[in-house]
Amino acid sequence: MNSHMQEKRGRRLGITYSAPMGLWLTFFFLVPLCIIILYSFLKKGLYGGVEWEFTLTAYRQMLNPNFMRVFLRTLWVAALSTVITITLALPCGYAMARSRHQVMWLALVIIPFWTNSLIRIYAWIAILSSEGFVNEALKALGVIGESLPLIYNQGAVITVLIYMYIPFAILPLFTTIDKFDFQLLEAARDLGASKPESIFKVLIPNIRSGIITAVIFTFIPIFGAYTVPLLVGGKDSYMIGNIIVDQVTKTRNWPLASAFSLVITVVSTIGVIWMMTSTASERARLKAPAQVVDANGGIS
Amino acid sequence: MGKRLKGFDVTVKDVSRAYGNFKALDDVSIEIRKGEFFSLLGPSGCGKTTLLRIIAGFDSPDNGVVLLDGKDILPLPPDKRQVNTVFQSYALFPHLSVYENVAFPLRLRKVPAGKLDAKVRDYLHLVQLDNHMDKKPSMLSGGQKQRVAIARALINEPSVLLLDEPLSALDAKLRQNLLVELDHLHDQIGITFIYVTHDQSEALSVSDRIAVMNQGKVLQIGTPYEIYESPATDFVARFIGETNLFPAVVKQCDPYEDYYMTTLDIPALGTEIKVTDYDNLAVGQHVSFTVRPEKLKITGHQPTRVGKDINLFRGIVEEPIYSGFQSKYYVSLENGTVIKVIQQHANYMDEGPDIDWKDQVFVSWSAEDGYIVEVVDS
Ligand SMILES: Nc1ncnc2c1ncn2[C@@H]1O[C@H](COP(=O)(O)OP(=O)(O)OP(=O)(O)O)[C@@H](O)[C@H]1O
Ligand SMILES: [Mg+2]
Repeated sequence: MNSHMQEKRGRRLGITYSAPMGLWLTFFFLVPLCIIILYSFLKKGLYGGVEWEFTLTAYRQMLNPNFMRVFLRTLWVAALSTVITITLALPCGYAMARSRHQVMWLALVIIPFWTNSLIRIYAWIAILSSEGFVNEALKALGVIGESLPLIYNQGAVITVLIYMYIPFAILPLFTTIDKFDFQLLEAARDLGASKPESIFKVLIPNIRSGIITAVIFTFIPIFGAYTVPLLVGGKDSYMIGNIIVDQVTKTRNWPLASAFSLVITVVSTIGVIWMMTSTASERARLKAPAQVVDANGGIS
Repeated sequence: MGKRLKGFDVTVKDVSRAYGNFKALDDVSIEIRKGEFFSLLGPSGCGKTTLLRIIAGFDSPDNGVVLLDGKDILPLPPDKRQVNTVFQSYALFPHLSVYENVAFPLRLRKVPAGKLDAKVRDYLHLVQLDNHMDKKPSMLSGGQKQRVAIARALINEPSVLLLDEPLSALDAKLRQNLLVELDHLHDQIGITFIYVTHDQSEALSVSDRIAVMNQGKVLQIGTPYEIYESPATDFVARFIGETNLFPAVVKQCDPYEDYYMTTLDIPALGTEIKVTDYDNLAVGQHVSFTVRPEKLKITGHQPTRVGKDINLFRGIVEEPIYSGFQSKYYVSLENGTVIKVIQQHANYMDEGPDIDWKDQVFVSWSAEDGYIVEVVDS
């Protein structure tokens, strides 16, 4: 059997393997996406739903300065939370990768997922509220007289968002750092780099793909978040996710809700494309095939 | 590149390092001279890398001191020591080109662009990599990687270069070439090289002096000649080159010219032999006797005249191994002990080696060619 035929058969088999995945994506991603796109160009129905009439009203409504403010706030909250999450997750991932008890640490990172996320958010309410653990403890210690406003503001939203998504940052960072050759850090120190210099000039550039994945895994869900701002946020923490829910359930403007959903999808897609192109180029950079390497190792 | 740098001397004194109960280094003391090509030689796991890492600053000893140019360097972090390392696996930065790998130390020190460029090119030229500067390390052959690692380690102009088995990942032929290059480089720049290897032929061929290590201890320090010809212990004798080594008892010891003619009783050979030695050994002392295979003479016929300082044995060739420039024979003596003999083929032989399998042969060596290794008890 020649290799050409084998290759052809392999390709046909490849299609069979990828079929379930393709079906899944079509039914649960592509079809809903098409519906959203379609709805965003239709007229609002009186009690929700849509009327079958083409219009750009939803997009015109979106340009309302109030909505723009929410959009920018969402970007800001997502960006800030992501930066803090990555900054915290990096040393965690590093410590886990160097630890002798990797399995234990991995388990500890994953265990919170056993509990429903809503319950975990309510736990945070119990911690942060004016009669919560933190305030009561501080009062008992005499540090403060009156409760601090720890909840129902942007600070609370960012804190809980970081808590919710930090495992999604730690896991990809851990995996890439685990593959990193730590001797490179020693080499950097040997060549005159201080400890921070060795981290920033050698570790960070070599775990770029992990950092990008971690950024995507935290930024995208935070950008679309709505339960956290709803439950622990105040008036100043309204985010795009909340607009969408309100437009569906209260204002019953489904086209506008669809238009905002599309915004989230577009921003997320841009992120994923950025991730894929930069990791692909990184792979090309690192794994370029050797071209001309003379047999005796280039001794002339 | 008429580059000559200043080498420092390195003193390692009473250094020990234990991992749990396991002593990786056990009271090691070595004095390495300025500009010397010094090798640490020993089998795998004997603590060579541990010692090198302590000198470089990646590990610290449980006790003992390390002096560089007379100053204690143990309190200094690795980046503050005038020592650079060529790692066993090269440890080139995969995200940087060859040029940037070599420029890395200079960029850290914020060397001005013009000076940096000139210097990087200079060092790339030194290791003959001028034509490969834009490549990524993954695109280089093993030998090229190793030379990038050397250029990168040298560009800071260290006083001591540490090399941890830099050639072990390469094939034998390339290893020979690079070893010679390394030796030239050492002569050219003049700094101290501390070279770690488990390959005795590598160490013998380039070192000024060698420290032979085993199980965390230094067994002997000396020139390649001293280590080969007068090994301090059984282990050194066996580890360096090939040898025939037998336990022996001193029978008699008489002054002879300016040394002593010693008669040893060697149970393994079933007889007494003569060997010259500088020490006046006490009769009855237990020692080890060694004679290198290439010092033995092998003939197919009985030598007609045998001097009184010649040891002669009769035997049967058990296994002849022909390897072009020489042959090695395992000769079974009359009492069954097998002895190794190496015969150089300096002259052309019409019909191949004249000694063959199962031939009866005579093996002999002069008393001066044997060596008494180690006094086993006191
Ligand atoms: N971090 C460590 N923890 C425990 N044991 C160690 C550690 N580092 C080294 N050892 C042990 O110390 C001994 C010496 O190790 P070292 O790396 O110095 O050997 P080596 O002489 O360089 O060997 P090789 O030729 O194989 O590189 C080995 O037995 C090794 O298992
Ligand atoms: Mg080693």
